[in-house]
Amino acid sequence: MNSGQIDYTKKEMPEKVVKLGYGLLAIGFVLVVAAFAFDYTRASFNSLISFMFVFSLGVGSLFLVALEHIAGAYWSVPFRRISELLTALIFVAPVLAIPVLFDLHGLFHWSHVEAVEADTILAGKSSYLNESFFYIRFVVIFVIFILFRIAMVGGSFKQDTTGSVKINKINARLSAAFMPFFAFMLSIMAIDWLMSLEPHWFSTIFGVYYFAGTFLVALSLLTLYVLYLNKEGMLIDGISSDHLYNFGALLFAFVNFWAYIAFSQYMLIWYANMPEETYWFIIRSEHGWEFISLALIVIHFVVPYVMILSQPSKSSKKRLKVVSYWILGAHYYNLYWLVMPTFSKDGPVLGWYELVFPIFTAGLIITTFNFVSKKRNLVAIGDPKLKRGIDFRL
Amino acid sequence: MTNKPIYAVTGLFEKPDEIINAAEKVAYEGYLNYDIHTPYPVHGMDKAMRLPPSTMGYFALVLGLSGAVLALFFMWITTAYEYPLVIGGKPFFSLPALIPITFEVTVLLATCGTVISMLFIFFKMPNNSHPLHDTKFMKQVSSDKFGVCIEAKDKFFDKEKVKSFLLSLGATEVEEIYFDVDDLKNKNKILTPKFSGFLVFVIVLTSAASYATLNIVMYMPPFDWMMTQSRLNAQGTTDFYENHSAMREPVEGSIARGFMPYAFIGQPDSAGKYLENPLEMTEANLAVGKKKFNTYCSPCHDYYGRGESRLKGRFPNPPSLHTDKTRNWPDGRLYHIIT
Repeated sequence: MNSGQIDYTKKEMPEKVVKLGYGLLAIGFVLVVAAFAFDYTRASFNSLISFMFVFSLGVGSLFLVALEHIAGAYWSVPFRRISELLTALIFVAPVLAIPVLFDLHGLFHWSHVEAVEADTILAGKSSYLNESFFYIRFVVIFVIFILFRIAMVGGSFKQDTTGSVKINKINARLSAAFMPFFAFMLSIMAIDWLMSLEPHWFSTIFGVYYFAGTFLVALSLLTLYVLYLNKEGMLIDGISSDHLYNFGALLFAFVNFWAYIAFSQYMLIWYANMPEETYWFIIRSEHGWEFISLALIVIHFVVPYVMILSQPSKSSKKRLKVVSYWILGAHYYNLYWLVMPTFSKDGPVLGWYELVFPIFTAGLIITTFNFVSKKRNLVAIGDPKLKRGIDFRL
Repeated sequence: MTNKPIYAVTGLFEKPDEIINAAEKVAYEGYLNYDIHTPYPVHGMDKAMRLPPSTMGYFALVLGLSGAVLALFFMWITTAYEYPLVIGGKPFFSLPALIPITFEVTVLLATCGTVISMLFIFFKMPNNSHPLHDTKFMKQVSSDKFGVCIEAKDKFFDKEKVKSFLLSLGATEVEEIYFDVDDLKNKNKILTPKFSGFLVFVIVLTSAASYATLNIVMYMPPFDWMMTQSRLNAQGTTDFYENHSAMREPVEGSIARGFMPYAFIGQPDSAGKYLENPLEMTEANLAVGKKKFNTYCSPCHDYYGRGESRLKGRFPNPPSLHTDKTRNWPDGRLYHIIT
């Protein structure tokens, strides 16, 4: 138990994964370009879903990193570097948002100045919901996220060679500063890009609703990478089922958290029964959308809940792998449910437009990770807490 | 001491690492009836002791599910079957409203039930005597030491062997624990004067508190019952509002639901312009019109509209309806005047 030195050698990402990433990215890119060429507005809606998905993963990973620093956690130190590398998705996410910015009028009703002037409610909101302020918010939020990302993750990269304890302290302070920004900016992003699709509607819990999904996907992707890299022997020795149990327990907790928030949002609106609030749910409960809505409960809550309910399943590699893939899909489905009713109120749409974007997104995520992990260690070998993190037992 | 049967041999250790190591070794030797006592939970102990996963989870599952079913059944019986009341215009049995309560009852029954079943089934609750009670060993492991206790009923148990085995693991103190036969036979009384006194105290306290809450506090503003709170009756007076009426008047321009006020009050000209006579020219309508005219109009206008009143000068005579001015009025204006 006191072997002292950390035994880690950097290995290259397997050829298979690199090829898979490039393949998905190339196929996805061609199809996405085709989608934009055929129907720009429909493609923009799908691009918006993918953008919010990748954004979830990027900032969710940064949140996981900050959470570890601020709580002084030990068990997650061997995996922190994977989350840190995944935060690079923050740089990539705007790629999916830029095509949407060219079609603001197709997506956001509030961007039509004449329509807003004729509408008392929207005119009242226009000091916030107008195009220039929208762009400013978008840029400022990304700049702040990127600055925090560079500060927190960059320090950790440096620690690999220096191994100084000071960086842990700096990062803990940075994380404390980051948390309120994170809560505020994530809510703003959710309101700007998802809630304002129906500009008359409002829900005060919406930011938390998006956060619940954000945490879940970031954790799921981390779990998948940990399972895969550990199987390939690219992580450090000593990862036990006790570590995996923590992933399972956290996933289980946040599956419940999502259901709790989603239900809170629904029940208050359902109970108060005010027309300006209920119509958002009414759109989602007619013309075939009701099946999508009911399926959301099963897909996002019931299935993952049952899958990792029992204690042994929380540390079972096979089960964790399945449930992580499932949750990634469920979050994408959740975003589809949030976005697409605005595009087609007359019924759910599912065509090749909807299918090509996940391919491109998957390619983007895999390739980004391959790219950033090329020159970096996959374990934070300089962190003084690493040894204790590996020895973690329940 | 020797006439008492032996219960177990215990060994004390100083550090958590040592106790984990000791637990691993004891399990490796094949002992089954042994236990580890620590002042706080030690990570990794389950695995070191080779304990199977706890069956406690199944208790929680069954209790939780029965809590959910029970709560739903109770709410269905009360709100939809026995006392169906419309609340907030929702259906009698409306699931979203019931979910929070179902959730609470599920959690309540699962947690409380699991703790109670742990106490009664796993810890054999009413049994309040154990050979380890009041031993030096128990006092030390509940403050700052870590202890192993290998019971005599284990099939590998041999007093001297176990003793030397524990010493070889690094135990600082090895002790033999004996059954105190008299103590085992002696059932401790539950209703000792001290405990009875405490029970009486609790009963009096809670009764007094409930009595005071229901009979005194609930009549004291602002905690009082809704029925005794000050209120204003409809049509009553108050000094609170400027017009001294307890009721508020509707905002100017409000109209009753499902009612559209007549738009042409006192405006015959615009009525002539915008109003149309909705009645069709049919025999039946003309007959009704004749009857109405004879009943309501003819006393002044006379049966032929010439303005020869039968009221003999009690009112001024109206002008004739046969003038050019009247004949050229549009249908809408006439309809407005007549109705």
